[in-house]
Amino acid sequence: MTTDPSLDSPRTAVSNPPVQPMKANLGPGDVIRASAMPDLPPPERELTPVAKLIDVSKCIGCKACQAACAEWNDTEPEIGYNTGVYENPHDLTPEMFTLMRFSEYENPESGEFEWLIRKDGCMHCADPGCLKACPAPGAIVQYTNGIVDFIHENCIGCGYCITGCPFNIPRVSKTDHRSYKCTLCSDRVAVGQGPACAKACPTQAIVFGTKEDMLTHAEARVEDLKSRGYDKAGIYDPQGVGGAHVFYVLHHADQPALYSGLPEDPQISPVVRGWKGVTKTIGLAAIGAAAVGSVLHGLLARANKVSQQDEHEAEELVDHGIPRAGTERV
Amino acid sequence: MTNAWTDIKNTDLVIVMGGNAAEAHPCGFKWVTEAKATRGARLIVVDPRFTRTASVADYYAPIRPGTDIAFLMGVIRWCIENDKVQWDYVRHYTNAAFLVKEGYGWSEGLFNGYDADKRAYDMSDWEYQIGDDGFALVDPTLQDPRCVWNLLKAHVDVYTPEFVERVTGTPRDRFLHICEAIGECSAPDKVMTSMYALGWTQHAKGAQNIRGMAMLQLILGNIGMRGGGVNALRGHSNIQGLTDLGLMSNLIPGYLSIPRDSEVDFKTYMSTKGNAPLRPGQTSYWQNYRKFMVSFQKAMWGDAATAGNDWAYHYLPKLDVPTYDILRMFDMMARGEVNLYFCQGFNPMLSFPNRAKVTRALSRLKLLVVMDPLQTETAAFWQDHGIYNDVDPASIQTEVIELPTTCFAEDEGATINSGRWLQWHWAGATPPGQARPDTWIMGNLFQRLRELYRTEGGVFPDPIVNLSWDYKDPHEPSAEELAKEMNGRALADLYDPKDPGKLLVPAGAQLSGFGLLRDDGTTMSGCWIFTGSWTQDGNMMARRDNSDPGDAGTFPNWSFSWPANRRILYNRASADLSGKPWDPDRKLIEWDGQQWTGYDVPDIAVTARPEEVMPFIMTNEGTGRLFVRKLMVDGPFPTHMEPFESPVANPLNPKLLGNPAARIFEEDLKQLGTSDAFPFVATSYRLTEHFHFWTKHNRINAALQPEFFVEISEELAAEKGIARGGRVRVWSNRGEVWAKAVVTKRIRPLTCDGKTVHIVGIPLHWGFTGAARKGFGPNSLTPFVGDANIQTPEFKAFLVNIEPAEGEAVS
Amino acid sequence: MNIDLSRRGFLKLAGAGVAATSLGAMGFGEAEAAEQAHVRAFKLASTTETRNICTYCSVACGIIMYSKGDLKAGEKAELIHIEGDADHPTNRGTLCPKGSALKDFVRSETRATKPRYRAPGASDWQDISWDEAFDKIARAIKDDRDANFIEKNAEGQTVNRWTTAGFLAASGSTNETAWATYKVVRSLGIVGFDNQARV
Repeated sequence: MTTDPSLDSPRTAVSNPPVQPMKANLGPGDVIRASAMPDLPPPERELTPVAKLIDVSKCIGCKACQAACAEWNDTEPEIGYNTGVYENPHDLTPEMFTLMRFSEYENPESGEFEWLIRKDGCMHCADPGCLKACPAPGAIVQYTNGIVDFIHENCIGCGYCITGCPFNIPRVSKTDHRSYKCTLCSDRVAVGQGPACAKACPTQAIVFGTKEDMLTHAEARVEDLKSRGYDKAGIYDPQGVGGAHVFYVLHHADQPALYSGLPEDPQISPVVRGWKGVTKTIGLAAIGAAAVGSVLHGLLARANKVSQQDEHEAEELVDHGIPRAGTERV
Repeated sequence: MTNAWTDIKNTDLVIVMGGNAAEAHPCGFKWVTEAKATRGARLIVVDPRFTRTASVADYYAPIRPGTDIAFLMGVIRWCIENDKVQWDYVRHYTNAAFLVKEGYGWSEGLFNGYDADKRAYDMSDWEYQIGDDGFALVDPTLQDPRCVWNLLKAHVDVYTPEFVERVTGTPRDRFLHICEAIGECSAPDKVMTSMYALGWTQHAKGAQNIRGMAMLQLILGNIGMRGGGVNALRGHSNIQGLTDLGLMSNLIPGYLSIPRDSEVDFKTYMSTKGNAPLRPGQTSYWQNYRKFMVSFQKAMWGDAATAGNDWAYHYLPKLDVPTYDILRMFDMMARGEVNLYFCQGFNPMLSFPNRAKVTRALSRLKLLVVMDPLQTETAAFWQDHGIYNDVDPASIQTEVIELPTTCFAEDEGATINSGRWLQWHWAGATPPGQARPDTWIMGNLFQRLRELYRTEGGVFPDPIVNLSWDYKDPHEPSAEELAKEMNGRALADLYDPKDPGKLLVPAGAQLSGFGLLRDDGTTMSGCWIFTGSWTQDGNMMARRDNSDPGDAGTFPNWSFSWPANRRILYNRASADLSGKPWDPDRKLIEWDGQQWTGYDVPDIAVTARPEEVMPFIMTNEGTGRLFVRKLMVDGPFPTHMEPFESPVANPLNPKLLGNPAARIFEEDLKQLGTSDAFPFVATSYRLTEHFHFWTKHNRINAALQPEFFVEISEELAAEKGIARGGRVRVWSNRGEVWAKAVVTKRIRPLTCDGKTVHIVGIPLHWGFTGAARKGFGPNSLTPFVGDANIQTPEFKAFLVNIEPAEGEAVS
Repeated sequence: MNIDLSRRGFLKLAGAGVAATSLGAMGFGEAEAAEQAHVRAFKLASTTETRNICTYCSVACGIIMYSKGDLKAGEKAELIHIEGDADHPTNRGTLCPKGSALKDFVRSETRATKPRYRAPGASDWQDISWDEAFDKIARAIKDDRDANFIEKNAEGQTVNRWTTAGFLAASGSTNETAWATYKVVRSLGIVGFDNQARV
């Protein structure tokens, strides 16, 4: 087993994968943060930050990213139904880590109709709310190159990562009670490959490289869009989460919500942010019923192991009618 | 394609009309985004629906299905009126100056010579005035009223912006905006490319749609240019190869033709294929027809094809009708005139129009043989699947044999892309179960048949027992053996005709180019245009050098491109009359004083002098054709024709039905619907998540688009009380389907001839086998009528009705 | 309400080696992860690569097939992954949603895997051997051709055609398959010959 010494972070998403055995170039020594592990030793080295740029103006909504994602990660998205829209599956699931979302928009300024299509999925926030919310030691880690990854063996399926996520991304499996999301193909990045979605993307609306290179590329794309009359074109790299390792070029950067509800100014809930401190109990109370629902679900799914006391308390929580937020989480 | 996918990066303007490249060809479409990103190219989409291609376009205009000719003739009229013409190109490289016979004319939607009873034209006057020297008369000043240019001007005069808007429903301001963008590309250093697919072909006048764009591109001087051309996106991975190899009723490989009954012997057959040039000094390359034909006969029948027996000409079947196309065959089948039918990787049950008729036809066969990697609907046409295939198996007497074949991952060979690249592939997976290659199946079948004819005798066994089949394993010819046979080899030592002492090719050697083919039986080649693909130097189709000299986008050493490894057809036209590139930044080839050199194999003799030999070497004129003479049965210029089922009458002549020169069978004529009962225009299409009826067998693609649906506007939904995601029934005069409703702003009602026209979009990927949910396809509804010239069925414009349906689908 | 309790209880139940007190799990104390951070093992390691061309549309993207086992070495080869070929000039490694899921086509549960026969009026398939299938088909061809072949038309012209049989060839097959097919079909005198090019 060898490690290619030139492998720091790949600069391109488009090279053919190696087939000779290689040692992964991402390991415990590269972790800079881990959930519920405040005393983590410092990383052994600093990798160059990577990023995936999604240029929605080049995206044709073909779902190659979805297909490549499922193929690479060996997931089995459900064969569902048509509900009158193009989104399939209808939401992110534990078996579908990325999703094309479609919105039909009549631009009041230009009078033109626009079909705005956005690839949804984990943003790999520099300041990851999921990691902060996660109570399970080492279930969520952040590598020094920016990748936020779930270590499923450590996951307890509580769903707090969903609550902690300002983008509503992770999903807990009903089968194995663990939480799943985009890994930024950490297994590929670890051998010098870009993520499967970026490799596949026919128009290269998805590109992968160092964050610096991706920002430069994004700026050039914004210029091109401005030359085509999109005066408000810009980069969506939300600073509320410390910037992200997945970010967008938008034609209407002033209105991210047009793109199937991309948050205007995403922040980690102050509650989650304060959680690790003394306010944790209050914080947990305020996290909201959605998370509690998940807890409850987790408990009921393992009913033979749950104590009456626990169940009673959990039910009581839900009964208190703390407002539900966001879409239903499973 | 005249050009190639990689060449699209060289363009300034992409017009996608009659296609949906982003959706159907995403990885080819990357070159559009590349042109946009790197050279500021603009993308215009004209389509009845706001498609995925439109979602990344700079400009979009809607159009009523089946009215593209009116749009294109309108653009040509606008370009002429506004002097957006590449004049030097038009004068020298098109037939603008050629004088046409006095008899030719057009009025009220019809050309001269129409016979309504026969639904056909007498085309004899659609021809040039020929001088005593045998050459066509020309007027280089373009003053003569009978010159093609003036006839064209007169022909397009009716297509004013007002007329275009009235017919197509495209708002006038949008039409004019597009005219202006297109007009800019008449400058020698501005180039437009056209990308089209089934949106233009699947009409009863499909070939004329494409001619409209070809004419426009000639007028703009964009044929032969890098970043230009008329580019058929094409469909299946080897649809180009199967076309090149002539697996069609009336074709012989390399675009030669199967003889007609009247061509009683080889001499008669060849008498109409002399292809003498119509202007002095022109190449008219089809003058070599006989060499290609004799070499083909030698490839088929080897020593049994001799000069003494007309090269076994009588072994070829003769045609009493222009084609036994699929419509004719299934009409015959439905009448009990066909007994055996073979489907090799083809699913007509979902591909052919009027599914009820297709089912009826298949039910009258004695034996149906299906060879396919998948379990197709066709193989199971006799199975009862409730509403999805409502048949009574007991009443169907057809025997069916289903043979499992390998797929691409398990076999070896070449497929040809839209840009005419022959690319070799290798097997990398063990076939499942008893699946076997098609070559093994055909080999085994042929061995048994030949044995039966040898032992039992039978009717005219000669072409069977004498078929050249000298493969190492006659039960399974290898891909290499077959590829070498198509390329061709010398059957005797070939000497230089100009220097008889000089041996060019020794007997038995593979030929390096079709220029070496002979008409005396000393060469053989299964498909002349493939000559050069497997030479003495080996398999040129397996080449993998991806270097790109001059960054021209030609990749000359990647695989092999027919003809002669040429990457851009008509590339001589990329240079001006003196041989200098029209646009130095788009150099392809140029004349260096002695010969043609550059980034591509010249599409002209290397030493053919500019100003003498014109670029279009395959035509008798040496020029591109604005006026197409007698080569198309429905007119020498495109004229607006309504679809066979239309919501409005043809404003040029309300009495005309569809394409007046298209064939329609009696039974199918009776099944046409009218707009009082079927008020909405339907059109069929593909979705990016699926490939035809194949990917519904895949888990992932089935998950990405699981269930059959139709798309309608919010206005039509409101009018009919249809909810988003609700269930609807759609029916035509031939059948009905049930679907989910996608209600969208991407389809809008149009106003045509003062009438509101609603459009119903019907994608085609569902059936009753595979992983996706059971569903229907548009072919349950579509009319059984095809293009007048080539019989491609009219899938893109027909009439339906729609209503909300009760309950959930039964699955 | 006592969220702490519920949470603690849940953590306890979650088991799976959460080797910490509830306090530790809450962010206090010396909690340690049960499993160290790791990425998934790279699944293409030690596979065999084969260059191929996508079977779907005529863009004809270059692909690389990854299999366990090497066909060329006479081994059984099980396809485990397909990805775009980054060296290919047209697609440069990219693939569309169909191409990206090519493996699922090759390994579809509804591949045809054995010859099958449906008798007249039957509502089910029955298995048949290749030999039986070939014998049946060859016999049917010979009998029908001998009965219905047209050697001369009404005018006495030699026409040598057979119209009671037809053949659809596949635009998804190789040139080589097409050429072998062309030869056999034309030698029989079949004129009802077509492929997807017209449809």
